[in-house]
Amino acid sequence: MTTLDLTGVSRWYGNVVAVNDITMSLGPGVTGLLGPNGAGKTTLLHMMAGFLAPSRGSVTLDAVPTWGQPEIYRRLGLVSEREAAHGFLTGWEFVHASAKLHGLADPRAQAKRALELVEMTEAQDRRLSTYSKGMRQRVRVAAALVHDPAVLLLDEPFNGMDPRQRMHMMSLLHDLGEQGRTVLFSSHILEEVEQVSGTVQVIVAGRLAASGDFRTIRRLMTHRPHVFAIQSNDDRRLAVALMGLPSVAGVGLGKEGLTVHAGDYGSFTRELPRIALSQGIRVRRLIPSDESLESVFSYLVTA
Amino acid sequence: MNTTIAWITARGLFGRRRFLLLLPLPVILVGMAGLGWAIGQSADLAGPVLVGIGVAVVLPVIALIVGTAVLGSEIDDGTIVHILTKPIPRWKIVLSKLAVAFGVSGAVVAAAMFVAGTIVDGVRFGLAFAAASAVGALAYSALFLLLSLLTRRPVLIGLMYVMIWEGLLGNFVSGTKVLSVQQYVVSLADRWAATELVTGTVSMGVAVTMSAVFTVVGTWLAINRLRLFSVAGETS
Repeated sequence: MTTLDLTGVSRWYGNVVAVNDITMSLGPGVTGLLGPNGAGKTTLLHMMAGFLAPSRGSVTLDAVPTWGQPEIYRRLGLVSEREAAHGFLTGWEFVHASAKLHGLADPRAQAKRALELVEMTEAQDRRLSTYSKGMRQRVRVAAALVHDPAVLLLDEPFNGMDPRQRMHMMSLLHDLGEQGRTVLFSSHILEEVEQVSGTVQVIVAGRLAASGDFRTIRRLMTHRPHVFAIQSNDDRRLAVALMGLPSVAGVGLGKEGLTVHAGDYGSFTRELPRIALSQGIRVRRLIPSDESLESVFSYLVTA
Repeated sequence: MNTTIAWITARGLFGRRRFLLLLPLPVILVGMAGLGWAIGQSADLAGPVLVGIGVAVVLPVIALIVGTAVLGSEIDDGTIVHILTKPIPRWKIVLSKLAVAFGVSGAVVAAAMFVAGTIVDGVRFGLAFAAASAVGALAYSALFLLLSLLTRRPVLIGLMYVMIWEGLLGNFVSGTKVLSVQQYVVSLADRWAATELVTGTVSMGVAVTMSAVFTVVGTWLAINRLRLFSVAGETS
């Protein structure tokens, strides 16, 4: 059993703090690293993969620091976000070369197994430069898996994949986790994480905002206060009526209409039409105004 | 030395269009030597052609193109990650890259120098220049490989070293010659050819020692640099 431990890890570039005091322990199974773009996911992954020294704290793979230790790559595989691959090599050459670089006993058999795992055997004799983004991604996963690592790190693995490829990659990651491997992938899309992993680490602005079981975090996300912008033919009267609802925490009356702070998403959206109907008010517009992922995340930070 | 790394590096080198830049320079060198021979002025051209074009331009420029490409191009496009995520000691990576850089630039330059030198003053002259250029190619390769790890603009800085330090200052400030690969190559060729056609400016001892120092220190620094090589995320 291999565990990847981060203890008080920070990384800064000059005055900019990219990763701020993160402590987590990754064990077997699939873990999703969720966070908006620019949250520090890649920096964190690069520190886990031994590509970057933490400014403070430690990253260890079974108690061995990952930084400056090429030997850890016998047990660790990385698929970086940057779509870098030697375009002049064929898929087979690329994966076979990886197997040889790992010094495996039977590089041909291992390369064949890895290419079969990602279903890329048919296109293995074409050059990487002729592949689609999803195909290239799968070949890169094959190259990272060729030595059968206990830990696999993937940076935004679903980027640029079509739905079918995405499904396939998801089930592949799921299977790898079931086999007892420690798999960590980063994503900025909630649904991707939801479908693949049971455990989630949410990072926002370099900090670990939430961590644990996905369902718990999902519940936190849906039951958070929501803000709605509403326009109607009689804003003032609607505001008075809405204030009577227990699900409404506050109403602001402005030129552009109403700003309603609702405590509970579900009950407010159910009660609004009923109120409008009974008061004879015509609601022209109802916009949830903070549905961006960033606001969901920033809520999690304060929760 | 790792043959897989060397193989991928060589494939990458020959697959890039930049590699075509290697062709015209040796052709010019041999062409100029041939022209001198045709008009019966070979001996007068030994200095200007073999030293002025061959050692001062063809050798460093080819070594620069190849030396900065073997590792630098992989750092640029991010494919370096594939080699770095393998349990291979960093010195093996650097030595494999250096072997390819030296092999390619040394072979191209030495061949051109041999042909040009032979045209000018016979086989011994050709061999002397070929051997001296090969030594120079090794020192340059180590230097430019190191540069590609130290800066994102290794070609520019390498060109500045070759053109300003070796080309310009070397002619006016004699002290700079001790740190000029070009001067070592001329001295070595002078010694091995044993003719009056070219004269080296640094002693044989300096030439041999300093060529070795450039190679060994450059390689050693490159290995240390690669050990601490950080791959940052996409910040753009």
